[in-house]
Amino acid sequence: MKFVDEFRAPEAIAKASEEVRKLADPERHYRFMEVCGGHTHAIYRFGVKDLLPPNIELVHGPGCPVCVLPMGRIDDGLSMTDDPSVIFTAFGDMMRVPGANGSPLQHKARGKDIRIVYSPADALKLAEKNPDRHVMFFAIGFETTAPSTALTLIRARQEGIRNFSVFSNHVTIIPAIRAILDSPDMRIDAFIGPGHVSTVIGCRPYEWIAKNEGKPIVVSGFEPVDILRGIAMLLKQLGQGEAKVENQYTRVVPWEGNKAALKAIGEVFELRPYFEWRGMGFISQSSLRIREAYAEWDAEKRFSVPGVRVTDPKAAQCGEVLKGVLKPAQCKLFGNECTPEHPIGALMVSSEGSCAAYYNYEHRKAAALSGLTPA
Amino acid sequence: MCLAVPGKVLSVEDADPAFRSACVDFCGVRKNVSLAFTPEVRVGDYVLVHVGFALTRVDEEEAARTFAYLEEIGALEEEGLVPEGGEGARGGEGN
Repeated sequence: MKFVDEFRAPEAIAKASEEVRKLADPERHYRFMEVCGGHTHAIYRFGVKDLLPPNIELVHGPGCPVCVLPMGRIDDGLSMTDDPSVIFTAFGDMMRVPGANGSPLQHKARGKDIRIVYSPADALKLAEKNPDRHVMFFAIGFETTAPSTALTLIRARQEGIRNFSVFSNHVTIIPAIRAILDSPDMRIDAFIGPGHVSTVIGCRPYEWIAKNEGKPIVVSGFEPVDILRGIAMLLKQLGQGEAKVENQYTRVVPWEGNKAALKAIGEVFELRPYFEWRGMGFISQSSLRIREAYAEWDAEKRFSVPGVRVTDPKAAQCGEVLKGVLKPAQCKLFGNECTPEHPIGALMVSSEGSCAAYYNYEHRKAAALSGLTPA
Repeated sequence: MCLAVPGKVLSVEDADPAFRSACVDFCGVRKNVSLAFTPEVRVGDYVLVHVGFALTRVDEEEAARTFAYLEEIGALEEEGLVPEGGEGARGGEGN
């Protein structure tokens, strides 16, 4: 595939990884956080860790929207299916995420009408095809996904499709990075900035990280060459005692972002005063709710939402892993009670959760090498 | 979740300019994709698609720049760091 294969070519990877080795000061230990779950997945999938000198540590950040969603929101969304006319739609990523009363897939097994959609636009089409039903879309995602939900709502209003609503769980990336930096147990030298979120928000919103916090940040792509180049750019900045925002992913990310997408977000959504993040607690102005003008399509207004709050199982250490304080395998449940087949925490469900990525690539590899099958 | 995939625009449907869309090819899989956020896109362009919406046009010149840079930092061949007979760095065109 063009714009993919060449960024995975062994020759280019060898060059990019050699550059990283040359730039890293052997006397220093580096802690870089990749904010985005897509990067976490790519890092394990392509074995990027093995291409780095041992003094570069990658810390996995909070950028997996499935992982940071509090369990109670899943129960809230599923409670809407108590009304038999409701068709619950969501992306495939959500289907196995456990709520206190089971996952969407388990609800489907109990006879609820639960369907996977590829796009919010497909959920709207489903509503058009089923005028006697109500289609609720369980919206999730950062600024990458929010414009698509927004445009779907704009279309629903324009076309007067009233048997459709959205349960918004959209979150924003900047307050999450701020919460990480404010966390007392956090030591991060620099950030690998999210690639696809930045196609929408651009690079300017990160400037405070460099200016006020003195931390370099490089917006990077998701192929191995991109990630290695991003790390090299961070090392260069640190070597020169600089802290600035740089863009490695220039083939895709415009510095100013995507104005049409930002406009759609602004038309439909406004910031909630606060929102709970799994493992991180309440973060102010960190999520999007639907504006009054679109209230008719707001599932939180159409249905009575119980506002369920569920505490994570005590033994699970999702919060510490999510903030990068613990590595996945350091959690007591990892690979025993909690596996991708039977996930206890969301980090094990989403393929971008650091636990699932670690389990699928590192843990299985280690087990294969020692002649064991993973638990 | 924020996964986005590059694909080639085969045709553009703009009967309704507010809801411009395109048929986009992803290695043989074709999908209808909204161009609402990328009004500049034309047939033959590559777009980055997320949940059925093109978020940006992929800039070919910028993509080439990464490899030009890696060539420049080079002199690696002399050190025997480049595997012989490795996959071509610019392979994979259009498949």
